[in-house]
Formats: sequence, C-alpha cells, structure tokens
Amino acid sequence: MTELATPPRPPRREFRNINAFTDLTTYRLPPAGIVSILHRVSGVVMFLLLPFIIWMFDTSISSEISFERFKAAFNSGLGFVPGVLIKLVALALIWAYLHHFIAGLRHLWMDMSHSAVTREFGHTSAIVTLALGIVLTIALGLKLFGAY
Amino acid sequence: MAVNYGTKRIVVGAHYGLRDWLSQRITGGLMALFTLILLAQVLFSSGPIGYDKWAGIFSAQWMKVLTFAVIVSLLYHVWVGMRDVWMDYVQPVGIRLAAQIFTIVWLVGCAGWAIQVLWRL
Repeated sequence: MTELATPPRPPRREFRNINAFTDLTTYRLPPAGIVSILHRVSGVVMFLLLPFIIWMFDTSISSEISFERFKAAFNSGLGFVPGVLIKLVALALIWAYLHHFIAGLRHLWMDMSHSAVTREFGHTSAIVTLALGIVLTIALGLKLFGAY
Repeated sequence: MAVNYGTKRIVVGAHYGLRDWLSQRITGGLMALFTLILLAQVLFSSGPIGYDKWAGIFSAQWMKVLTFAVIVSLLYHVWVGMRDVWMDYVQPVGIRLAAQIFTIVWLVGCAGWAIQVLWRL
C-alpha cells in the first residue's frame, strides 16, 4: 500500500456570490488595496461634485461681484446652506483630489519602473500615498478653517 | 471556459488593450501638469490673492488653451473611469446603460459649462 506524498487537504470553504455586507468585511485588505479602492471612491466623489467645482470656478473668476459672493459663501453660507458645510465639502474635495493625484502618480511610477512593482515597494508606496494625502489634507484644512 | 472571442465574445463595453490604459495616463498626466502650473502661479504671485490676480492667471491666452485641453482631458478621463466603475459593480444591462447615459450627459454638461466660464473671461 503506497501512501500519498502529501496528506489530503481539508476541504476549503467556497465563496460564490459574495455578500457585500457579511463577506467583504471579513476580507483582509492590505494598504495597496485600500489605496486602490480609495482611488475609485475619490474619483466618484469628484465626479459627483463636478457641478460644485465648476460653480466655484464660475463664481470665483467671472467678476469682482461674483468673487465676493464666492468668498461670502464660505464665510457666511449660501442660501440655507451654512458656510461650514461648504467648507467641509471643499475639504472632502481637497482630500479626494490629493489622494487621486498621488495614487495616480504612483500608478505612473509603477508603469515606468520595474523596481516599483515589487511587493515591498507596493506596500511602502501605498502607505506613503495614504499618509501624504491625509497630512496635506489636514494642512490645507487648517488653512481653510482659518487656523493660520 | 466557453469560447469568449471572435463572434462569440461577450460584449461588455470594455476597450480591451492599450488604448484606454494609455489615454488614462496621458489625460491624467496633462491634468497633473496643469495642477503644478496653476499652483506655481498662485504660490509665486506676491501678496494676497484677490480677484485681479486669480482672474489674471486664466486671462492669458496660453492658459486658456491649456485649461481648455485639461477640461477635454478631464471629460475623457472621467468617462473611462466611471465606465469602469459601472462595469465592475452594476451587472444588469439596463441599469448599467442608464448609468452610462447619465454619466455622459453629466460630463458633457459640466464640460460645456466650464468651457463657457473659461472663454467668456
């Protein structure tokens, strides 16, 4: 009687038609995965806020009167929307832009350099991307809310 | 796996291969360059930024041409990105088509508005 070289493996659970609420939460997402999904989230956020972005471009650049309205919207609100909320939306946009920008540069770097597609570099550059996006957002957020 | 090429290929709307990958890099690169150019003009201007300086940046003809190119790049970049998102997360063809049509209308409308603001300055 010959023996098998390796013992039979225990049956593994099979995942099909995963449930976003019960299965996704049990997945381990490494930093590079977090950067990847946030690249998408930030892109969708900016897509949905495009009218707000163009409204800022329009009011800030069209005339001196509209420029004053632009500034007033951030300081004392616009209609029923308080200025703080407009600042918070702008801050969300700042983070989305910074994260998308840095993650995009990381993509370009990985396209051009073979040494950038190693597992270690992917891990390190992902952490740098996340941290840089958050630190710059905090720095610009403090400026936006008048801390300096 | 069943045959999934030639006339049997499943049509999903993805442009397989180099084209979208390359266009996404080029449009993204142009927008990144624009960001740095705009940032440099804001940072290297002396004194606080009032209306005159802010509008002055965009009143130069070369800046208008560059900004126009960036708006068109943005239009295409966001289309490719949003189309990928819909293809990944929305399976029913009808809802996906509706989402893609909404994306096109939203983007073309926004681009038109942005170009109008830019070119009446």
